[in-house]
Amino acid sequence: MRLTVEATSVLVEILFYVFATLLVVGALGLITARNPVYSALFLVFAFINSAAIWLLAEAEFLAIVLVLVYVGAVMVLFLFVVMMLDINLAELRRGFTRFAWLGWLTACAVIVEIVGVVWTHGLTGIDVSKGFVPEPASFSNTRALGEVLYTRYVYPFELAAVLLLVAIVAAIALTLRRRPGLKSQDIARQVAVRAEDRVRVVKIAAEKRS
Amino acid sequence: MHTQISHLLALWGTLPSLVRTTVWILVITIVVILCVAFLTLWERKVIGWMQLRRGPNRVRIFGLLPGMGQPFADVVKLLTKEVVIPSRANKFLFRLAPMLALVPALAAWAVIPLSPQLVVSKANAGLLYLLALSSMGVYGIILAGWAANSKYAFLGAMRSAAQMVAYEIAMGFALVGVLMAAGSMNLGTIVGHQEGGFLAWNWFWLFPLFVVYFISGVAETNRAPFDVAEGESEIVAGFHVEYSGIAFALFFLAEYANMILISALTAVFFFGGWLSPFAGYPVIGATVLGDPSFFWLGLKVFVFLFLFLWFRATFPRYRYDQIMRLGWKALIPVTLVWLGAEMLMAAVHIGPWARPWFH
Repeated sequence: MRLTVEATSVLVEILFYVFATLLVVGALGLITARNPVYSALFLVFAFINSAAIWLLAEAEFLAIVLVLVYVGAVMVLFLFVVMMLDINLAELRRGFTRFAWLGWLTACAVIVEIVGVVWTHGLTGIDVSKGFVPEPASFSNTRALGEVLYTRYVYPFELAAVLLLVAIVAAIALTLRRRPGLKSQDIARQVAVRAEDRVRVVKIAAEKRS
Repeated sequence: MHTQISHLLALWGTLPSLVRTTVWILVITIVVILCVAFLTLWERKVIGWMQLRRGPNRVRIFGLLPGMGQPFADVVKLLTKEVVIPSRANKFLFRLAPMLALVPALAAWAVIPLSPQLVVSKANAGLLYLLALSSMGVYGIILAGWAANSKYAFLGAMRSAAQMVAYEIAMGFALVGVLMAAGSMNLGTIVGHQEGGFLAWNWFWLFPLFVVYFISGVAETNRAPFDVAEGESEIVAGFHVEYSGIAFALFFLAEYANMILISALTAVFFFGGWLSPFAGYPVIGATVLGDPSFFWLGLKVFVFLFLFLWFRATFPRYRYDQIMRLGWKALIPVTLVWLGAEMLMAAVHIGPWARPWFH
């Protein structure tokens, strides 16, 4: 017994609203949590829910890569740093009321921008009245993405990659400094060490007891 | 009797796919947990034999072999112990962490093809799904270390976070090589494309990647010689020092389930999964030994699990800076070089790239 098309689309709709609600809860938790570790965990929660929404839209590559890169790597490092910091919350919250207007202004600007983009050239060409049209089972989202990325958009893609590489090199170059008198292990010397260098076997002739 | 069985099979076929999938998930989870139970016993026995001891030999079950009841005795002991929660600990995260460690280890089994017919999900992006899940296992460990509010636990968590992030990259690159050799991220297709006997499997053409993958797998599961996250002699027991009773058992369940998972993945990616090593050879390939089946996968998983135990009994623990050096400066360059070699092999059509799917 397979679910009918209508039943599936209703199920997808219910799941969408569940995940969307959880996503909003996660995002609100992120900005309201007092403990920075909780904030980071709320962000992880929000990422996972948005990945689930992408999965519902059959964008499985993007969904899994979001979890892989952001949840699996970026947020682990974030937590790593946040847990090590000894943040004084009172110090941080001191200017809250004084700068609140700046925050509201930024939020409004972002909302106006999003609405503007959707208004000007968003909904043309997308028919939202008929709901979501599923792709056939043989359709591979990953393959489709790869085909466009490595043909039509190959130059922007490569350019972005080079930019990231430059950023990595720059970040390492900025933090790398040679301090005099720093003690560190020379691994090559440790590996090359032989027993003869460390232990000297001495032969001593037996002495006569006097 | 036969009619009854065929009746049951027919009934099974009429069940909705949702129910059937749920039953399969339950069956696989329970079997994995039982495997973990006997793996702990097997580990203690094997290490005992290697050190000229007997290992556990007291608890019998149903009068069977001595020691067979040990895992169950351990489970009962851990279940009846009190779970002590430190007074200054973060109580919610302290309870959440063991679950976060265990769930990815069990969820990963959804995409693993157990036999030519049997797999819970034939997801197209199965390989990516596995990478994403294995990268989420670290949360259980970091949160356990942080929530316990103990210096030793925190040190263990920091060590394991750095180690897992480092080795995940090497692991991912090794899997890119597998991806190139199979042309698909579906695990069933990856196994299917290795068809044709022992020497046609990926390990032959991707040998450096196989070595890198297995070493990274040992490091990802925090097993000896990479178990600095626990480091008994340095930081007591690392991230789970404050856990007792069944919460402690959940961490161990996760660790051993991950070991079985890494072994199964090594078998699937590099050793032909459920394919027979004799397939395609004269005489023996035509017998039942040449047929693909679940038992071949089980045998391969067993061999890799034995390697895990063998490593633990023989290697001394790595120093922390040596672990970092091995991950970043040895394993990642090896994978990059071999990806280049694979490009050359694909250009001249040898090995996996001489097969029909590539053309």
